[in-house]
Amino acid sequence: MRLLEVNDLHTSFFTDAGEVKAVNGVSFNLDKGKVLGIVGESGSGKSVTAYSVMQILASAGKIVGGSIKFNGQELVGAGEKVMKTIRGNRISIIFQDPMTSLNPTYTIGKQLMEAILLHTDRNKQQAHERAIEMLKLVNVNEPEKRMKQHPFELSGGMRQRVMIAMALACEPDILIADEPTTALDVTIQAQILELMKNLQEELGMAIIMITHDLGVVAQMCDEVIVMYAGSICEQGTADEIFYNPCHEYTKGLLRSIPTTSNDDEQLRPITGTPIDLLNMPKGCPFAPRCDNAMKICLRERAERMQINEDHQAECWMNVKKLMEKEGDKA
Amino acid sequence: MSASNENLIEIRHLKEYFNINVGLFKSKPLKAVDNVSFDIKRGETLGLVGESGCGKTTVGRTILNLYKPTDGEIIYNGKPIKTKADIKEFRKKATMVFQDPYSSLDPRMTVSDIIAEPLDIHKMYQSKQERRDRVLELMSYVGLNSEHASRYAHEFSGGQRQRIGIARSLAIKPEFIVCDEPVSALDVSIQAQVINMFDELQEKLGLTYLFIAHDLLVVRHISDRIAVMYLGRMVELADAKEIYDHPQHPYSKSLLSAVPVPDPKTARENKRIVLSGDIPSPLNAPSGCPFRTRCQYATEKCAEFMPQLKEISSGHYCACHML
Repeated sequence: MRLLEVNDLHTSFFTDAGEVKAVNGVSFNLDKGKVLGIVGESGSGKSVTAYSVMQILASAGKIVGGSIKFNGQELVGAGEKVMKTIRGNRISIIFQDPMTSLNPTYTIGKQLMEAILLHTDRNKQQAHERAIEMLKLVNVNEPEKRMKQHPFELSGGMRQRVMIAMALACEPDILIADEPTTALDVTIQAQILELMKNLQEELGMAIIMITHDLGVVAQMCDEVIVMYAGSICEQGTADEIFYNPCHEYTKGLLRSIPTTSNDDEQLRPITGTPIDLLNMPKGCPFAPRCDNAMKICLRERAERMQINEDHQAECWMNVKKLMEKEGDKA
Repeated sequence: MSASNENLIEIRHLKEYFNINVGLFKSKPLKAVDNVSFDIKRGETLGLVGESGCGKTTVGRTILNLYKPTDGEIIYNGKPIKTKADIKEFRKKATMVFQDPYSSLDPRMTVSDIIAEPLDIHKMYQSKQERRDRVLELMSYVGLNSEHASRYAHEFSGGQRQRIGIARSLAIKPEFIVCDEPVSALDVSIQAQVINMFDELQEKLGLTYLFIAHDLLVVRHISDRIAVMYLGRMVELADAKEIYDHPQHPYSKSLLSAVPVPDPKTARENKRIVLSGDIPSPLNAPSGCPFRTRCQYATEKCAEFMPQLKEISSGHYCACHML
């Protein structure tokens, strides 16, 4: 079942230096019970895409075009009243840094109960029970005691568990996880990822996993979106993206990470630096850093091409390959 | 560059305790580094891995005497470093690259002043011309253009700032560099550029690195040997390949299996050892083996005695009672 349909989304930030097109024509669908990964470097627009869905953009940011449909209901321009019934209730989000996203002056219990009291008709006693139930679900030990503690008394991994408990308290249809394990150590990261995967299977929700770590994507995601400079350059199932990358940026990314098999060779980095969103080039945004850039890449953007039924990419190289193939046939 | 057999730096029973106030008049030692010994050979890269709070950064800083060691010996080129004069001499040979390229560069200094600061401190030039030439040479080592010299740090991206930091640490012509998480603040595509640069500079200038990082795939890529730390103690030390293929300590095993591999098929088949619980606070470290509270093989012996690092096969050291 189709839960979320994002169509040609444009989000801009209006700064003194000009309009920054942080998200520039992003479209994707999310089905029930699927895990969608969004990967990209800092500034690629992956977080802004998620914040646009939740409509929690900073004051300079604005959705300037496109549509976001949740269960068939249009969210762009729906107004704050509608968003309040959805945000934290049907769609929840967890952030990268669990310390700054919890209120240091309130107890864990109070913060957990807030979401439950706001979105359900449980009374205080029931909300308390529900909060303890949620803490048990995310494997927090001694939940009764934790309810009375403040965030500073908990470790990083424990705080992230509380954040997940809070996000799942209303049984959302979609959980957006914005770099949920980046601030955590590897052994704690493994715990949290396993917890998320188990909960996702148990509760049947969909997850949008925003990360820069391709390892996390490989472990968690069914489908992957690769973003560069505010647009999607490639999109497909995890296996297609990892084993059959069809955009030069994705290929470069996969080449530049150390793996267990390439440790004797030099890494092959992507040259140059990420693009300045204020000065976007006319053609493909990746062309200035691309080793195989052709004249057409600098002139115009490639159309989205269907590689196979599970895979799309926007790269002229695919067109070139196709033409060569047809040339061979002829 | 292949490492020689000669030890450049030897660390003997290094201890670094910080006194932490636990009450109004009470303080308690926090054993950030407890009895750590290792050698680094000339031209070698030793990787130091572990989770936050395990003491890896403290080891790096204590070696450079940024913290005064509580106890233990640092022997550089066969000579122990003890007096202030020794330290000053040592700091002309050893230097550091920091993690955060944003906070480690003075925003009010131009790039050329930042890079030349160590030269100014150690009075390593005769004329202004020589200072300028040296700065330009250093900038070319790390792939910066000469026109960048008069700019300020905020005008650069993260990867370029890290290059400035590296040029600064190369200024004194060091033999030994402590790299404290030098790539963890960078994007993946930039990370590879900087890692390759570390490799090339080592080849060209014969450098020796202590490479501290928490990203195990990066450490595996760059290191000749790897040491694993847990709660201030070294638990395992071996060749990079050996430790990845045959880790012996239960902590190293779980640490390595926890690394998310960027390959969906292996990720699906991989049976990870997920540790339960958190790292204990170093203020209340468990008795005996520090890892025993999270270890599935722990016995009574582990609670009573601290396991010592012993050689279990040639060049492979491990501190565990089970071996």
